[in-house]
Amino acid sequence: MAVEPVTLTSVKAAPNHGRMLRERLATILPQLVLAPSLFATLIYVFVFCGWTIWISLSNSSLLPDYSISGFHHYVELWSNRRWTIAYTNLFLFTSLYVIGATAIGLLLAILIDQRVRAEALWRTIYLYPLAVSFVVTGTVWRWLLSPSTGVERVVHQLGWASFKFDWLVQREMAIYTVVITGIWQASGFVMALFLAGLRSIDPDLVKAAQIDGASMPRIYRRIILPAIGPIFISVLVVLLQFAIKTFDLVIALTGGGPGIATTVPAIYVYDLMFQRGQMAEGAAAAIMILLALSLVLVPYTIWKNWRERREAARG
Amino acid sequence: MAEAAGYDPLGAAGTWRHQRAKLVVYTLLCLFALYYVLPLGVVILNSFRDLPDINRNGLIGLPHSFSLNYWSLAWDKFCVGGTCAGIEPFFFNSVSMVVPATIISTAVGAVNGYVLAKWRFTGSEVLFGLMTLGVFMPGQMVLLPWARVLGWLGLTNTTSGLVLIHCVQGLSFTTLFCRNYYVNIPDDLIKAARIDGAGFWRIFRKIVLPLSPPILIVTVIWQFTNIWNEFLFAVIFSSGTHQPITAALIALSAGGTSVHQYNVESAAVLIAALPPLLVYVFGGRYFLRGLTQGALK
Repeated sequence: MAVEPVTLTSVKAAPNHGRMLRERLATILPQLVLAPSLFATLIYVFVFCGWTIWISLSNSSLLPDYSISGFHHYVELWSNRRWTIAYTNLFLFTSLYVIGATAIGLLLAILIDQRVRAEALWRTIYLYPLAVSFVVTGTVWRWLLSPSTGVERVVHQLGWASFKFDWLVQREMAIYTVVITGIWQASGFVMALFLAGLRSIDPDLVKAAQIDGASMPRIYRRIILPAIGPIFISVLVVLLQFAIKTFDLVIALTGGGPGIATTVPAIYVYDLMFQRGQMAEGAAAAIMILLALSLVLVPYTIWKNWRERREAARG
Repeated sequence: MAEAAGYDPLGAAGTWRHQRAKLVVYTLLCLFALYYVLPLGVVILNSFRDLPDINRNGLIGLPHSFSLNYWSLAWDKFCVGGTCAGIEPFFFNSVSMVVPATIISTAVGAVNGYVLAKWRFTGSEVLFGLMTLGVFMPGQMVLLPWARVLGWLGLTNTTSGLVLIHCVQGLSFTTLFCRNYYVNIPDDLIKAARIDGAGFWRIFRKIVLPLSPPILIVTVIWQFTNIWNEFLFAVIFSSGTHQPITAALIALSAGGTSVHQYNVESAAVLIAALPPLLVYVFGGRYFLRGLTQGALK
């Protein structure tokens, strides 16, 4: 490469104020560029969060009132029958949803991992619910599960007149329709996560076990599943997050009903804040959702950092 | 497409058992496929059936009638909450919310990611950590503050208000995605460019941006599908004719005791689901990547 002549400008131009200013500006340009987003995000995360906490401690009802009233809205919340229903539903829904979606997702991943034909097609079919909104999912499943239009009707027409499948309109059973729909929506994603894990396993490991005469179910139990252990944790965390935030799915599927039978915390927050004008109690309920999420995410983050550090230490 | 594993799990047994195992695998796959496809198939079929047919034979059934009419009814004639202009205005509400919100949040996120990955300064890692907290924030925590802020800015019940909300909320995601992608660009590349006298923006334009398409596609798809499908903010911060399509769909299909026109409603549901579904079909790989990164951080 030709030696470049010393650029004239850099030698000739005497240092002047304008130029120094420009250089100063250039060195802090990255910070300047970042500043607006940083400002917005920090307000969003900390100011908004603090604001909601304050409201939860204040006398706000229909309108905000920032005089402090202490924790009595929390006490009120926890003694409220609707809140009891909401979190009982959440526990029930979450446990069945997590177990169901994990089991089906894992099964599908293992099935697809058997070197099946048209793998891309199967994956596309199982994953598409993820691209569809909860509103659409809930609406369509409401039609399918409704006894007058959906599955029950079909079975009746097939000749089994005494068949009953009316969970959607039964107080005791409606929450299980949310479970069915939720699993339909999420299990494809679980499948994708597990499949990625299965594909990362060293094939030689499995071959060696096969030569030793181990049966496939045994190999899965003893070798493959333990090797993808960390993925179980990721799946759990993802599903728990989905479950705790569940809102639109229930709105579209049951509207929280029949009555209030399928109310979940996110719906109750919405109700308190925007339908009943009990802002402070709504804020208190929102904070419960935040706490529930932190209970999942804080340990997960610590665990993830610990693992990363361990990996780094191993080189 | 991922290469199939180098072993054949079913090959462990003899041929007869092998055949039987194959049968079991494909049967199960088909059964599950039915469970997943059924809802979509039902709405597609119903969007072409006439009402007597649906009422007589139920929602789940093969069509005995066929008409394209219900799609056009759903699009611009059906009555939703008092106005009879179909789903079209709400569809375009969503478009005019999603497009700016996606473009702005992705562009700003890319620049943020570039700063946080390649122009680190004292404390920048901590700031990055704080910014990613936005990813975890449940919507319920910010509803009341947003209601206030939108009021102050005069953006109550406007599409611009929703754009603002989605931009601020999306920034954490887009910054996270881009930053984690850009840290893998070798520092030497940036250093060499700086020695050559290239500045902040020039390096971004000439080096970082040309390497960015994969992450920009992931980010755009993620933002697009999330904002399009979002419901909580949509239903709270908009009403009447300003609603995005998700909120309007609830008003349309869950509304009241009126007799359901399942064919028109099915078509409306499909129209609402179509944009993200198209994105999924054509960008499936990037869609999944965004999902994995977004869900697992």
